[in-house]
Amino acid sequence: MNTLLCARTDFDAVVVGASAGGVSALQTLTSRLPADFGIPVFIVLHVPRDRPNGLSELLGARCALPVSEAEDKQTVTGGNVVIAPPDYHLLIETRESVALSVDAPVLFSRPAIDVLFESAACVFGARLLAILLTGASTDGSEGVAAVRAVGGNVWIQDPADATAPLMPAAAIAHAGADAVLTLEQICLALENTNT
Amino acid sequence: MPSVVCRKIMEDERLLDIELRVLLEAIYLRYHYDFRSYAMSSIRRRVAQAMVRFKVDKISDFQHDLLRDPVLFSEMLQYLTVQVSEMFRDPSYFKAINTQVFPVLATYPSLKIWVAGCSSGEEVWSLAILLKEAGLLERTIIYATDINAEALRKAESGTFDVDRISQFSRNYLAAGGRHSLSDYYTSAYQGAVFDRALKRQIVFADHSLATDAVFSEVHFVSCRNVLIYFNKQLQDRAVGLFHESLVPLGFLGLGSKEALQFGAHQNDFEPFVKEQKVFRKVA
Ligand SMILES: C[S@@+](CC[C@H](N)C(=O)[O-])C[C@H]1O[C@@H](n2cnc3c(N)ncnc32)[C@H](O)[C@@H]1O
Repeated sequence: MNTLLCARTDFDAVVVGASAGGVSALQTLTSRLPADFGIPVFIVLHVPRDRPNGLSELLGARCALPVSEAEDKQTVTGGNVVIAPPDYHLLIETRESVALSVDAPVLFSRPAIDVLFESAACVFGARLLAILLTGASTDGSEGVAAVRAVGGNVWIQDPADATAPLMPAAAIAHAGADAVLTLEQICLALENTNT
Repeated sequence: MPSVVCRKIMEDERLLDIELRVLLEAIYLRYHYDFRSYAMSSIRRRVAQAMVRFKVDKISDFQHDLLRDPVLFSEMLQYLTVQVSEMFRDPSYFKAINTQVFPVLATYPSLKIWVAGCSSGEEVWSLAILLKEAGLLERTIIYATDINAEALRKAESGTFDVDRISQFSRNYLAAGGRHSLSDYYTSAYQGAVFDRALKRQIVFADHSLATDAVFSEVHFVSCRNVLIYFNKQLQDRAVGLFHESLVPLGFLGLGSKEALQFGAHQNDFEPFVKEQKVFRKVA
């Protein structure tokens, strides 16, 4: 596993998707990001549309990097964690900025993981790392396919390790992965990524 | 979305954007719809969806067809201007308008309100109902504008799918509606048809924030979830139009994730109800 991970540590951005069981998985993941993690991390978690969710505060409390909810056309540079707001899709607009949209939900979700991953694949191409975590949806499968098609790297949480195995399993079946890892392995690998 | 786009970007992700820009330029020259300053991330997604739907693999082929086939273009326009709306979307916004903006507007003898990017009319009909309940509708003219002619026709018909009504009703009550939403519509086979009397004060018109100029002086502009589809330059243009159109101390309401911060006009407005993105033009 380590050889594989060392083979690719040259990323310009990370996108992360999570659904059911995702809050605690994301807490673990973001709390393990090193303070000198030099590239931006964009996160979509499926959330109910009209409940204020305070996710950025929750994750920010235990993350060495600044964590914020995305604002439209916001400039994002290295070492920032940016989260999709409830009821909006988060898209990568350019290498330095994001955009929001209220386009129809994808597979009943807005924000949708597919939308983030596909837009990031268009901008970052082979320099993108996509991580798909626990969930009971099939969102993320198309996004993973897009990232892999442009030569980006995809790590998927091992369904056996996930609170809700459906989403990672569906993506692996649909598009495959560059690595299928436990959450712990994902955190370790991120600690060795970039910088 | 991905199949087409992925094939394209596997070739070279820089070529994708060059071809898209050429396509938007061609559309502008041929049909005078100007999408050149829209957020590229949404444009990529929508063009890709349209290409899947119309079964074309290459952007250059799509361009060839679009330039020669106005009917195809009008169908494509439905992709480029995706219509997503809801009555009383974000009820707290409408509540703020109702309780904080309307009392100020009530001091004017006659009122003009501009709903820019009104889509299929949900936002306009919502405002008309609240204006009626505030006793202001009779002295108000609402301009409802959009670039999508089909959406404007739907907006004018005031007809919405019955299965959307329960959500609309919940929103209406959460927005501080004083009656029952069902007081304002009758159910017909084509859906819930809203009371035509509400419409007497509404003018529906084709107007583009990208290419057209100001057409009237207004007291309140509501433009929600339209600016997010624009790049910063076009956002500045649109907000410039609102500024020019508004009376001194007039109001501007934006979508919940839209801001004036960092824009060219950030000093021309001050927050009025900050959390609800309601601004006031400085005198
Ligand atoms: C997401 S909808 C917002 C509808 C409504 N304002 C709401 O908040 O529910 C965006 C609308 O903006 C319109 N639009 C896009 N470009 C425009 C332009 N240049 N000028 C005016 N309207 C535009 C689209 O046709 C669409 O109806």
